[in-house]
Amino acid sequence: MAIGPIERIAKAIILTVQEYSLFAYRAVMNLFRPPRYWTDFLIQCNIIGVGSAAIVLLSGFFTGGVLALQSAATLSEFGATSVTGRFVSTTMIRELGPVLTGIMVAGRNASSMASELGSMVVTEQIDAMRALGVDPMRKLVTPRLFACISMLFFLTILADAFGIIGGAFVTVFMNHQNGTQYFSMAWEHLRSPDIIQGLVKPLFSGFIIASVGCFYGMRTTGGTEGVGRSTIDAVVFSSVIIIFCDFLLTQVLLTLFPPI
Amino acid sequence: MQNPSARTTESEPPESNSPALATPIVEFQHVSIAFDGPPVLQDVSFAVSAGETRILLGPAGVGKSVLLKLINGLMRPDEGSIRLFGEEITTMKEEDLFPLRTRTGMVFQEGALFDSLTVRDNVGYQLIQEGVSDDEIDRRVHQALTFVELDNTFGFYPVSLSGGMKRRVAIARALIHQPEFILYDSPTGGLDPITSTTIIELVMKERDAFRIPSLLVTHRLQDAFTLCSHHFDSAQGRMVPLPKGQTDPNTTFLMLEEGKLIFDGSIHDLVHSQNPFVREFIE
Repeated sequence: MAIGPIERIAKAIILTVQEYSLFAYRAVMNLFRPPRYWTDFLIQCNIIGVGSAAIVLLSGFFTGGVLALQSAATLSEFGATSVTGRFVSTTMIRELGPVLTGIMVAGRNASSMASELGSMVVTEQIDAMRALGVDPMRKLVTPRLFACISMLFFLTILADAFGIIGGAFVTVFMNHQNGTQYFSMAWEHLRSPDIIQGLVKPLFSGFIIASVGCFYGMRTTGGTEGVGRSTIDAVVFSSVIIIFCDFLLTQVLLTLFPPI
Repeated sequence: MQNPSARTTESEPPESNSPALATPIVEFQHVSIAFDGPPVLQDVSFAVSAGETRILLGPAGVGKSVLLKLINGLMRPDEGSIRLFGEEITTMKEEDLFPLRTRTGMVFQEGALFDSLTVRDNVGYQLIQEGVSDDEIDRRVHQALTFVELDNTFGFYPVSLSGGMKRRVAIARALIHQPEFILYDSPTGGLDPITSTTIIELVMKERDAFRIPSLLVTHRLQDAFTLCSHHFDSAQGRMVPLPKGQTDPNTTFLMLEEGKLIFDGSIHDLVHSQNPFVREFIE
């Protein structure tokens, strides 16, 4: 008799995955057919890219600093504090930069997309848009999706750069080590696969943030309470999926570019 | 004066062999829809012909707004056929529906104005999407706002407008693209009597000035009767009562009860109906 609720939950999950897949497919395919809303794309680039730059920059800087502090303490036991730069740059570029940026942007933008679109749904603005002959998928979702993918790529580069600078700040001013040595170690041991790995991940994270945020926004029901629920779901699911995808991508990329 | 398209078919689907229904603007045939429960609409059949204003009556929660959204494809029925401008829309793809929707105007229950856009951008939304020049948009927005007597709100945001003003802006937005058919979803719902009269006067002005067919949803009988018993006098710039005993022949009624269409006919048929629900509603 316990099969009933389990079956219902399983069906609900499968239905949600199916709806999300169709939603994401439509959002992507809209780019290849007119009308395209380039002004909305640029507005979203400004909101997501410029708007998130400060939080990404600060979180990258302090994460790099923390990495330098923690690694220097451990590395000093082996007399290897000189490799702090290598440790910080590799960790930031391969892993922490993309994931941290993804999580920060998800917190800021997946929530804003879900709440904005959710409010439009419950106040019938989405229906009004459709009644006026404008496709909300093309007008609202597709520009957000491609703006988020594009901007997350650049935001990750910013986070990586400021992470390395944060590590340098700690290394020079707190651990009193040589700055030139830090930067030369950070640069010399950096390989192309590290950079590729670090720049492929934000493309997926950007897709996840915008598609999940817009998906939960567009399926909002239940008034203002429903908007709150959609916002929470958008942030929680986009964050978890980003980390899960990071795990899968790391596996795939390590297979493609095995460590030397 | 007898309305050629007026029909009284209590508890029965309306006949569709009338000459006036040869090319209806909207035609419902045996339409049903349900959401996780009992049917919201059940076996609903009716038509709206050219030049006709149909008033859909019924208590709150009976499926009036759902019916309106079915007409321009914002919702899909579970069963039945819906034809808009002669085209079957129940099986039409969403992207094919957009051009059809630009031919209709819709006024939503609460106005549904885009709160991040000014009144100018709300009213001119369709024109902006079509890439019309700014000067032309400004001119036509001013014209539409003058029609609803709100030209002074051109640069305002919806948040600074009262409920009645929002509805009037929504009417201007629905009219700017010169629609061939207009849907009004409870345009006077939740408004005070004076503001409601202003809105009904605008609906009447649109009806009598442009003769655009429309379907108006309301649960307020006084609004429906005012539309039937008055006409808009362009010379005086206000609505005036029709001579005693006369009613507008092109304004007819539909009534829903628990998802079923229980009445389809003229005001004369309505006031003389023997259906207990109709009697209770109008009394």
